[in-house]
Amino acid sequence: MNFVLVLEQTLNGLQLGVMLFLMAAGLTLVFGIMNLVNLAHGSLYMVGAYLATYFYQATGSYPLGVLLGLAGTLVVGIAVEVLALRTLYEREHLDQVLATFGLILFFNELMAILWGRAAIYTTLPDYLSGHVELFAGLRYPLYRLVIIAVGLAVAGLLWFVVARTRLGMLIRAGASNRAMVAALGVNVRLLYTLVFGFGAALAGLAGLMSGPIHVVQPGMGELILIEVFVVIVIGGIGSIRGALAGALIVGMADTLGRAFVRPMLATVLSTTAADTAGPALSSMLIYLLMAIVLALKPQGLFPARS
Amino acid sequence: MNSRRRAIVLAAGLVLLAAVPPVAALANQPFYLDLVRRVMIFAIAALSLNLILGYGGMISFGHAAYLGVGAYAVGVLAHYGINNGYLQWALAIGASALVALAIGAVSIRTSGVYFIMITLAFTQMLYYLGISIEEYGGDDGMRLQVKSQFPGLIDLNDANSFYYLVLAILVLALFLGQRLVDSRFGMVIRAAKSNEVRTRSIGFSPYPYRLAAFVIAGAVCGLAGALLVNHTAYLTPEFMNWTRSGELMFMVILGGMASIAGPVLGAFALLLVEDALSGWTQHWQLILGPLLVLSVLFLRRGLAGLLFGKNE
Repeated sequence: MNFVLVLEQTLNGLQLGVMLFLMAAGLTLVFGIMNLVNLAHGSLYMVGAYLATYFYQATGSYPLGVLLGLAGTLVVGIAVEVLALRTLYEREHLDQVLATFGLILFFNELMAILWGRAAIYTTLPDYLSGHVELFAGLRYPLYRLVIIAVGLAVAGLLWFVVARTRLGMLIRAGASNRAMVAALGVNVRLLYTLVFGFGAALAGLAGLMSGPIHVVQPGMGELILIEVFVVIVIGGIGSIRGALAGALIVGMADTLGRAFVRPMLATVLSTTAADTAGPALSSMLIYLLMAIVLALKPQGLFPARS
Repeated sequence: MNSRRRAIVLAAGLVLLAAVPPVAALANQPFYLDLVRRVMIFAIAALSLNLILGYGGMISFGHAAYLGVGAYAVGVLAHYGINNGYLQWALAIGASALVALAIGAVSIRTSGVYFIMITLAFTQMLYYLGISIEEYGGDDGMRLQVKSQFPGLIDLNDANSFYYLVLAILVLALFLGQRLVDSRFGMVIRAAKSNEVRTRSIGFSPYPYRLAAFVIAGAVCGLAGALLVNHTAYLTPEFMNWTRSGELMFMVILGGMASIAGPVLGAFALLLVEDALSGWTQHWQLILGPLLVLSVLFLRRGLAGLLFGKNE
């Protein structure tokens, strides 16, 4: 286990972490403010990936594809909020889970009809592909560095919006007492729609960035959605700070676990035993982590003030 | 009046189910025997979920886990050449109870949306465990070469006997479920759902009662898993897929949470609609999805509410 490999895997972990954060931020905001459990958040991730791929191929310009993909996801998110989810805010969590589960089926099938069930492999423009030599012996894909940079920039922007602007003030106020905010003359309905659309765009961003790394296919959103649940449960539901911490922890644990659990077991156990137990243990690692965090702190690491 | 109406509906349903094998044989459509048997197996699983979801207010989004554990218990023993049904099914029930105990012990400490996500995540963990064990087929799963053997009692290879066995287990589960819900234990579970603070103040700590209910539900669902693997004659980690858990929840909600027979109705409604839609178009999920959303929005008391009248 050499230093370069550890560093490379750490960067991979960071990259997965910021991706998870983009998803978790939207989900946790929507839960913290509207008290809505939205399983269809993964569908918006998928919609973002499909739209960006489609627009990139149609226009031939990657930046334009990204922009149109983001705008498209924003529109889809707002449409879903207005048509279906708005009526669910006052309902129980159970109803929300079931209704958004129905939405997942709808969106997966819709994507399959529009673009087929087969996985789509997307390409990158030349200026984003290739590797960068970080230092001797470590050549790292440029695109993954871009993802890390974009993710961290969005995290900073999000902090600025929530902590320093009037909109952020309203968001925080809406989270702690929505009736009072409404009584003060704020259009809460519009605020909710905005927040939801904003979260949708973040999910779309994560989706369209993941496209060239993984594949674009129906159902791609659900795999990451469940990991995002683990993230916000560990971080504390409703807390953006918790989402960031949880995302980085889960991203690191998952990536490093997959890379190093088996070799580490092999030093203790026989090779065949390590080959059997390694993959099983590393794929269960983040869930075990979640169980431990919950056993110690049932409200997560950074509980939202309520 | 009301209980009489319920008894009539239940008896009619039972007669209808008992009549399926001869009618299917007469019409020469063994497919329907198969379909109804599958629906009844899921009805047993949904019924067990309703015990904790409907009566206990614990929104478990991971109930498919026990379906998988039950199925794997049977499949793994068969893999090593042990086909004794008593042993297989006892292990299925025991193992799923044990898994439910472990998951429940952590999950029930939390509540609300945490509970939903944690039960989902634990099931996902078992799903990935199933995928990563190559010895038991990994992703592809494995075939059940020989069905569970109950020498001298029943032969599961005979489609009719297997059907009536499933029906008998379903009726037994309905009966015992009703007894359990009406018992002192069931009262505590329901009380803890409607008001935890008051339940505590009259001297009941909800945690052990909830955990016990969670384990019972897991064990019954494990039995359904043992039935399911014998029904399909193969098993894959897909038994534990999270969409399976979602479907079970839908059966409970669609049927109506506040009655013991509701989930049975829900299982029939959901799976028959699925079957009809998928026969009609390959894009059936496009229709089923919005249909489910609408049923959540407008059919608030479930099908049981429509059938059995208001006062449940």
